[in-house]
Amino acid sequence: MTDFIAPDAVINVRKLSRKYWRKEALNTVSITVTPGVVYGLVGENGAGKTTLLKHIIGRLRARSGRVRVFGLDPIKNPVAVLSRLGYLSEDRDIPGWMRVGEAMRYTRAFYAGWDESYAVSLRERFELDERAKIKTLSRGEKAKCGLLLALSYRPALLVLDEPSSGLDPSARRDILEAIVRTVADEGRTVLFSSHLLDEVERVADVVALMHQGKVVFEESLESIKARHVRLLVSCAEVDTVIPNLPGLLQVIGGGRERTLVCEGELESLQTSAISCGLKVLDISRPSLEEVFLARIAPTNKKERAS
Amino acid sequence: MRLYIDPKEGKPIYRQIIDQIKYLIAAGRLQPGDELPTIRGLAEELLINPNTVARAYREMEQAGILATRHGAGTFVSKTASPMAYEERRRILKERVRLLLSESYHLGFELDEIQNLVREIYEEEHIQTRE
Repeated sequence: MTDFIAPDAVINVRKLSRKYWRKEALNTVSITVTPGVVYGLVGENGAGKTTLLKHIIGRLRARSGRVRVFGLDPIKNPVAVLSRLGYLSEDRDIPGWMRVGEAMRYTRAFYAGWDESYAVSLRERFELDERAKIKTLSRGEKAKCGLLLALSYRPALLVLDEPSSGLDPSARRDILEAIVRTVADEGRTVLFSSHLLDEVERVADVVALMHQGKVVFEESLESIKARHVRLLVSCAEVDTVIPNLPGLLQVIGGGRERTLVCEGELESLQTSAISCGLKVLDISRPSLEEVFLARIAPTNKKERAS
Repeated sequence: MRLYIDPKEGKPIYRQIIDQIKYLIAAGRLQPGDELPTIRGLAEELLINPNTVARAYREMEQAGILATRHGAGTFVSKTASPMAYEERRRILKERVRLLLSESYHLGFELDEIQNLVREIYEEEHIQTRE
């Protein structure tokens, strides 16, 4: 991670650290989000994703390190930043006593860019009743309502914290569709955190993996895939111990056939597997989920039953 | 045109799109001159990043499979068929491989399989001529 400041970055976080009691929630985190990309933030619960997002939207002040959104400090320039930023929090905090229509009028008052006809079209598409009280809505409806409020002023940056968590497939579809639509409109940027890796793999251009308060990697999805290899190998015996191949991250499965998730060049990995007496049955690219699991396995090269 | 994307497969999504569109052309379900969905339309339908669709389309244009007419849309290229033979052969090869592994497990030898293929082919042939 360099200290390089991209001049046109929508979000620029440099060496951000934060401690809660003795626990290090963020440890010298740096991320760069460039315009027009869908940026996926992945990691286990407690990896620091929400804490990082809270710094970006100006709910937490950077104690150590630097946070810039549209080139501005979100704590010093809350109006300039928040007027161009749509945010959906993990707990969709809209007052429960409000009705959908009231929440829309309330939010509209804060945003000069509010587009009423767009808001109404979203409400219709999401099938939300404007007279319904927020507290009577289902989880999925609450998420859709939060999304409607975050999208209706057409923000240049959409920040979503675990948008699909705990939702049914139809609400998840609406969320993903909103991400796709947002980025299809030129110049708009999306930052979202998720532990649903197949969703991240669908929509993200760039992925940052967080683990224990640190960014393990920040990279385009394409280069993550190009950098990792999945080898299906056959061993001589059921209890053959897989040798320590260079770049081996994880061995999945037992018995004679094992899947190796590795990092490195496809050809050289294949050659070194063969030279160790393994028969290579298939070579492919791992899914993001496999890379993720291999990367955050408690100890590298750990065997995992499939 | 209906495509199915499986993010868990490991194969990059743009590759999945290319393979499936090639398959549809090879199978004749997409004909030369047929119009493809817009990048945005396909991205919304499949719930994938529009940049991914754009990349798949771009690669297929470069390979001469698709042609974009400015302002009019993206179409299956008129010259897409010479490509299709290799593609058809590749698809068939995959199927034959599956057939052979199944046959092996069922205990059939090559000559038996060949006889069976011929037998079924003739049966089908007679049926279609009737």
